[in-house]
Amino acid sequence: MKIRSAAQRTYLKRMAVVSVFYLAATFTAASLIDKGAPVNWLTAMLAVLPGLGVVGYIWAIMRLMIEEQDEFFRMLIVRQSLIATGIALSAASIWGFLEQFAVVDHIPAYWWPVIYFFGFGIGALANKIQYGTAGECL
Amino acid sequence: MKNRLKVLRAERNWSQQDLADRLGVSRQSVNAIETGKYDPSLPLAFRIADVFGQAIEEIFQRD
Repeated sequence: MKIRSAAQRTYLKRMAVVSVFYLAATFTAASLIDKGAPVNWLTAMLAVLPGLGVVGYIWAIMRLMIEEQDEFFRMLIVRQSLIATGIALSAASIWGFLEQFAVVDHIPAYWWPVIYFFGFGIGALANKIQYGTAGECL
Repeated sequence: MKNRLKVLRAERNWSQQDLADRLGVSRQSVNAIETGKYDPSLPLAFRIADVFGQAIEEIFQRD
């Protein structure tokens, strides 16, 4: 049985709450925004909500880094996040220039956080290989 | 950095979990320190020294 630290349990609860918010916000925005209609303040409010959900995920990760009392686990989370950041920024940079010179099609910017979270998984795998544990928080 | 954690633990018949509980860290932390994959911070090194009743330099040595 995995024993999680208090910070890890709090992190998982925050991720669950943020996930509910993110899904509700995405569904609401997709349902209520008419893409053909003129943009008004309500459209902008609804459109920003899913993005705030993603901010919530990042906030939960940052809080875990601050609140984790086990210094080894804290190092693992920081390392995992650095790997994720490196992958996401590298991918965004390369794709951005390929797009600039018309080699590839445009993709919406909300895919970069998705790449970050994919990188977070890669970071966990790297920790598991190098340190024998991913911190047991994923 | 080398360390004598495993020997000191064995002398006291402590498991990694026993030592982790005494130090207030995870078992994975003890394992990572013991196997030389992770060097503890100075405050944690002092706690380890206190638990074993030895000086830090008697437990941790340069490679």
